[in-house]
Amino acid sequence: MSNTAYVIAVMFTACLCNFFSRVFPFLLFSKSDELPGTIQYLGKYLPPCVMAVLVVYCIKNITFTALSGFMPMLISIVAVVLLHLWKRNNILSIAGGTVLYMVLVQIVFA
Amino acid sequence: MNKKTFRYALVQTMPVMVGYLFVGAAFGLLLADAGYGLPWAASMALIVYGGSLQFALLPMIASHTSLVTVAVMSLSICSRQMFYGLSLIERFKKMGKKALYMIYSLCDETYSVLITDVPEDIDRQKFDFYVAALDMCYWVSGCSLGNLFGSMIPFDTTGVDFAMIALFVVICTEQWIGSKNHLPAITGAVCGLACLVVFGPDNFILPALAGSMLVLMMLKNKVEVTKDE
Repeated sequence: MSNTAYVIAVMFTACLCNFFSRVFPFLLFSKSDELPGTIQYLGKYLPPCVMAVLVVYCIKNITFTALSGFMPMLISIVAVVLLHLWKRNNILSIAGGTVLYMVLVQIVFA
Repeated sequence: MNKKTFRYALVQTMPVMVGYLFVGAAFGLLLADAGYGLPWAASMALIVYGGSLQFALLPMIASHTSLVTVAVMSLSICSRQMFYGLSLIERFKKMGKKALYMIYSLCDETYSVLITDVPEDIDRQKFDFYVAALDMCYWVSGCSLGNLFGSMIPFDTTGVDFAMIALFVVICTEQWIGSKNHLPAITGAVCGLACLVVFGPDNFILPALAGSMLVLMMLKNKVEVTKDE
C-alpha cells in the first residue's frame, strides 16, 4: 500500500470509529417511539455529571512534584469560577482565565 | 437563515473559536512538519474531526501502525462520546436529515454548548445546527491556517488551549447556579477524581463516565425529588 493510500485509510478508519462512538446511543434508542424512563432520566441529569467528568479529563495531566505542575491550572480554574460568579459573562470569564493561565505558565511558573 | 439566532450562536461559540483556531493551528503545524500540506490538513480536520484523536494519529501515521491498531486506539480515545447522545436523542430526532450531520459533528465542545439553555426567542433547532457548523468551521480553519502559516505565529501561544477548559468550567458553573439539585455534578466530580486516582490519567475516562452513570441511576429517587424550575 502506498503512503497516500495508507494515510487515507487511516483517516477513514479514525472517522468511522469516531462516528460510531457518537452515533452509539442513537442506534440503541432511535427505534423506540418513547424513550425508556431511565434513559429520559439520564438524558436530563447526565449533562452536569458529564461536564464535571470532562473538567477532570482536562486537568488529568497535572502533577504535584513541583508547584508549576498544578498551580497555574488550579489558580486559573478558581479565577474562572470567581469571575463568572461575579459578572456572569461567558466571554469575560473565559478570556480572563485564559490570559491569566498563559501569563502563569509562560512567565510566573516558567 | 435566522440572523438573530446565528448571532447568538456566534457569541456562544466564541470561546470554542479561540480554542479551536489555536489548537487546530498546533495540529496543522505538526502535520506540516511531518510533510503533509494543506489538502491533508483540511481533509483530516473535516473527515476525522476530533482534536485528541487527530493528535494521536500523527505518531501512528509516522510509524505506519496497522489499521487494526488505529481502530482500537481511535475507539478508546472516542469512547467518552458514547455518553453524549443520550441527552440529545429527542432533539436530534426532530431535525430530520440534519440529524446525521448533528451526530457526525458531536464533539466535546459542541456538546457542551448544546446542553446549555437558550433564551425563549432563540430558535433551538437552528441554534443547534449553527453551533455544530460553526465549531466545525473553526476547527477546519485552525488546522488549515496552522498548516500554512503556523510557523509564523509571532507570539508564544503556550497555554491558549486553556480556553476550552475555561469553557467547560463556565458551563459547570452555569449549571450549578441554574439547578437546585447538585447531586449530578457532585457525582461526576467525585467519580471523575476517584477514577483518575485509581486508573491513572490514560484509562480513567470510561470507568468515570460509566461509574457516574451507575451512581446517578442509584440516586434516582434523591435526584428527582427536588424539581428544577
